[in-house]
Amino acid sequence: MTDETQDLPEGPDAAARPRVGVDEWVERVAGGSEAGWQGALRARLERVPLWSKPIAFVLPLGLFPFFTGSDYWMQVGIDTLLFMLLALGLNVAVGWAGLLDLGYIAFYGFGAYGFAFLASGHFGLHWDGQWVIPIVVAATVLLGFLVGLPSRRLVGDYLAIVTLFFLQLFLTILLNADRLSIPFKGQVDFTRGPNGISDVDQLTLFGWRLDSLDDYFYIALAAFALVFVGLAFVNDSRTGRAWRSLREDSLAAELMSMPVNRLKLLAFAFGAGVAGLAGTIFSASQGSVFPANFDVTALITLYAMVILGGFGSLSGVAVGAIVINLALELLRTPEKASWIFFGLLLLTLPFVIRPLGRWLAVAVGTVVFGFVVRALSEQFWERGVEGTTPGLARIDRIVDGWVLVPADPDGLAKVGYLTLVAGVLGLTLLKGWWRTAAFVPVLYLAACVWENVMVGQPAVARYILIGAMLVALMASRPQGLFGTARVEIV
Amino acid sequence: MAKLLELKRISKAFGGLQVIDGLDLHVDEGEIVSVIGPNGAGKTTLFNLITGVYRPDGGEILLENRSLVGLPPHQITRLGVARTFQTLRLFLNMTVKENVMAAAYGRTNAGVLRSILRTPGQRREEREINELAEEKLAFFGQRLMGYRWDQPAYSLSYANRRRLEIARATATGARVLLLDEPAAGMNPKETHEITELIAKLRTDGGYTILVIEHDMHVVEGISDRVVALDHGVKIAEGTFDEVATSPRVVEAYLGTKATATK
Repeated sequence: MTDETQDLPEGPDAAARPRVGVDEWVERVAGGSEAGWQGALRARLERVPLWSKPIAFVLPLGLFPFFTGSDYWMQVGIDTLLFMLLALGLNVAVGWAGLLDLGYIAFYGFGAYGFAFLASGHFGLHWDGQWVIPIVVAATVLLGFLVGLPSRRLVGDYLAIVTLFFLQLFLTILLNADRLSIPFKGQVDFTRGPNGISDVDQLTLFGWRLDSLDDYFYIALAAFALVFVGLAFVNDSRTGRAWRSLREDSLAAELMSMPVNRLKLLAFAFGAGVAGLAGTIFSASQGSVFPANFDVTALITLYAMVILGGFGSLSGVAVGAIVINLALELLRTPEKASWIFFGLLLLTLPFVIRPLGRWLAVAVGTVVFGFVVRALSEQFWERGVEGTTPGLARIDRIVDGWVLVPADPDGLAKVGYLTLVAGVLGLTLLKGWWRTAAFVPVLYLAACVWENVMVGQPAVARYILIGAMLVALMASRPQGLFGTARVEIV
Repeated sequence: MAKLLELKRISKAFGGLQVIDGLDLHVDEGEIVSVIGPNGAGKTTLFNLITGVYRPDGGEILLENRSLVGLPPHQITRLGVARTFQTLRLFLNMTVKENVMAAAYGRTNAGVLRSILRTPGQRREEREINELAEEKLAFFGQRLMGYRWDQPAYSLSYANRRRLEIARATATGARVLLLDEPAAGMNPKETHEITELIAKLRTDGGYTILVIEHDMHVVEGISDRVVALDHGVKIAEGTFDEVATSPRVVEAYLGTKATATK
């Protein structure tokens, strides 16, 4: 048994030796994708001290009320801030601790109803905000603990199912606890069922009554900034590192002296507390709470925000909340919906069709294809161009001469819609130039379907659009806008 | 020398399979003990029993005369036994330094509230964790230094990942290190390095080490004592030469003459 290392020939001089296997690979994986101005920007951003990061949000958002006079947009602003707050909280459980919590929105509802119970005419309690908010947040944290208890041993899909069940349970209670039978007291109306509680007090903090939307906006903004800084600090502490460790490998974390079960509960409760806080502000700013505010749709919207922004990044999830909430809001109004639709198409397609040359070919091809189809239709199928699109935006007037709009759009709508779905499915099967070529008719069909039906009811179509946007983003950047690319197994 | 870690008549069965069967083992303070044996002999199960991943069916595990049986793994690590894994289990998407810093969890105590408020005590503790991580990483010479601190662990080479696992285990503050095949998958040069490193862990770091290893060069180079396992039973114990020439060990690795020539 000779020592093999002794027998090895002398290596070449260290300087002359190629550096294969030392750093090249690292550079390629970690540095390569971040090279150029993006890498420099990211490196610069990482040097910014933690506490100053929310300033990037707080400054522009703080000026927002000065630029909008309408109550509607103030309401949208408050809504967006609340979603940003929720996204921060969800990021604790899902982004850091890796616990797929599908019941998260229930904590939001619990906070909102908690405030409504303690400060409304429903039970005749009109407590001040400075008492209600800590009590409700503490109660939500406790609820987070309780939900977390049976979930400790569950991971991944199993935890997701249990927490989703918890959300449904919560909604069922909200809807049906308007006629609870309590011994010796008879029937008690606990939640007012589907009618919700609609006489919630305005928030009063130490004698200051918040009675305008601007006040609520700034309160929500302050809450966001505080939670952002607090969470950024926690992320950079031993607790934050332990959360991320257990996301990476919970057995290794346990064996490296981290009490995994306790940390999971803590993450659950922490996220829940943030949701509870958001809930109290929601409740007070709306003046009413309904079970429908906390259903699965809200949950999916919240997840879309966090996925778009990038799990694990506080700034990312906040940006995601702004983008999605604004897009959903703008899509509600037909005048703006078309701009978003065509804008999204133009913005996301370069990610899906690469390189840029192909994308240009598709864009030009689609425009030409449209005029050809339109010309053919005028020759052989005159009914196909008799109608006008119901769209109201200027862009609708522009594309009106390009898409097919029959006098009775219903027929084309139904066939077109199904064909579109089939076409998109077909796209996923094709490769290379076939795929590029197939984009042309599919895009044209999408424009036709949009102009014929969807533009008339963008409030319905908007979720489809947001979904399509997410799919396109996930295909090109699975970690979300601001997330860090994760490696599962190497 | 005092017995630091002592196992008395440890048993563990998975269903009908007796993986560890009445095993006695002890590691003295400052000693390096190697556990060898063919695949399936129960070596990794032994580590899992000591660190609390599994609970033994019977027997006693003592660290400085304190029983470890029934304690959760994180508590056992806090008491002073940390390990590495045969199949690497790093926190791949965290940076090299964070991997080591995370392992200091058990020896620090700033709570969430103190972290949110950034109290002076918490900041001092953070600085200490930082210094601790840098010190532990510096143990490996230039291998895990400088720009590597801020790289994600997945970008490390295989050998460096093994080193990082050892660094992480030392950061827990443990006095006993259980190394599960530290030289697996390494080339001869790296194997030689890891042999020296384990020796250095004892002399400079003051660790007591129990190591599972298949590479006999490593075992020969580092061990004060070698324990050979087969089917969960200790078949030989002693110096490397004694164990390597023991007929039962040869039989376990190569089979008996009759079966070998069949």
